[in-house]
Amino acid sequence: MQNFASEFSRATQLVLTGDPDLWAIVVLSLQVSVCAVLISAVIGMPVGAALAVARFPGRRALIILMNALMGFPPVVVGLLVYLMLSRSGPLGVLELLYTPTAMIIAQTVLVTPIIAALTRQVVELLAEEYSEQLRSLGVSRLASVPTLLWDARLALVTALLAGFGRAIAEVGAVIIVGGNINHVTRVMTTTIALETSKGNLALALALGAILIGIAVAVNAMVSALTLRAEQEGLRHA
Amino acid sequence: MRDLMPDMPSRLEISDLAIERKGRVLLDVPRLSLDGPGPTLILGPNGAGKSLLLRCLHGLIQADRGRVLQDGLDLTADHKARQAMVFQQPVLLRRSVAANLDFVLKRKRLGRAARKARIADLLAEGGLDGKARQSARSLSGGEAQRLAILRALALDPETLFLDEPTSALDPTATQAIEAMILRASARGVRIVMVTHDVGQARRLAADIVMMQGGRVVEHGTARQVLEAPKCQASRQYLAGWLVT
Repeated sequence: MQNFASEFSRATQLVLTGDPDLWAIVVLSLQVSVCAVLISAVIGMPVGAALAVARFPGRRALIILMNALMGFPPVVVGLLVYLMLSRSGPLGVLELLYTPTAMIIAQTVLVTPIIAALTRQVVELLAEEYSEQLRSLGVSRLASVPTLLWDARLALVTALLAGFGRAIAEVGAVIIVGGNINHVTRVMTTTIALETSKGNLALALALGAILIGIAVAVNAMVSALTLRAEQEGLRHA
Repeated sequence: MRDLMPDMPSRLEISDLAIERKGRVLLDVPRLSLDGPGPTLILGPNGAGKSLLLRCLHGLIQADRGRVLQDGLDLTADHKARQAMVFQQPVLLRRSVAANLDFVLKRKRLGRAARKARIADLLAEGGLDGKARQSARSLSGGEAQRLAILRALALDPETLFLDEPTSALDPTATQAIEAMILRASARGVRIVMVTHDVGQARRLAADIVMMQGGRVVEHGTARQVLEAPKCQASRQYLAGWLVT
């Protein structure tokens, strides 16, 4: 019990004194996850919006596949990205394995289906509401996509935050493709796993507290946005 | 023709228009010509096909057969661009009041200064001055419908279709909207409006189309239809019977 207390005390000290190793890990984690979410948004939002408004054979099957990919096991994603980036893989020549870029790729693969699926859901509901009015104003189905994305912006920020939450808390995929190399690819989740196994609970606890803080902040932002949307009558349920 | 006679609204005609679903006739209008100078009001019970007729005239729904003509020509994309429609529930973009109007004006490729001036004029026309920066979704029901009408008018339409625009509004809000409709009609915009409200038909209509069961049962001047309806269905509806 006394040991735990001293570990908590050391963890607090690490956070409050701005330990450079700890904050380097936090900064790298944020860089990797923010990059992955931005790339996922660029890919996932137009794809989701296009699926929401377009009508073509196989659309339903694509939506089911996209929804299924939301629950894709991170370790499997890590394994697939590892195989692609390994020396003998098709992208091995790029020598990206065990770099932050590899971790960004893995997280992008995990987060893109989440953002695309949530975007599809949000935009489809809005498109139902806007459909006749936009057609009446002479806006074609395809041309309506930017309008729908803009008008669904609050809900889409929520989708981005949900994607970020998934990325920042992810451990399985990034440890496989990143290798958890100190000062290179060590992020919060992989460090917590490693340091706990080594018995260095102070660093693990400090990072755990920061991770929880980030999760709480993200959820608070989602709640605030949802509340604002409700207050302005913007929510489309 | 409109250039020569700017105050004369465009002429709308229907020829042999029909829609059937699962063997049931939803709309069957062999001939209808809307060429009078003032607002046309379409009256009839629920399911009479009033809104369906409006959507066919605006090109939102493709009929199984038949033609819609404007000024003697089949309805083209160019014609549709000069039509506008306001729905029963105003569908406003999740933006400010001004941005809702700007959305339409940008599509007309007007410059920034011209758009700003036009928005100011439109807001004054609808009594929404001072609300330009307010979220459109936070407007009251009457204000929201006024904004929907202003946005339609921003297109400078030759024809304005209105599908029960005042059905959920109180008398004050209704009065404001009816005034806007009459002003647009006076400027030469053809008004085609669906309503359940016989009193509204008395206040606004130059001519009335009575519908029942997907068919036009009577079409004539407002005076003729309201004071001496020819068919039984019209008489019953205007007398306040529960016509189905």
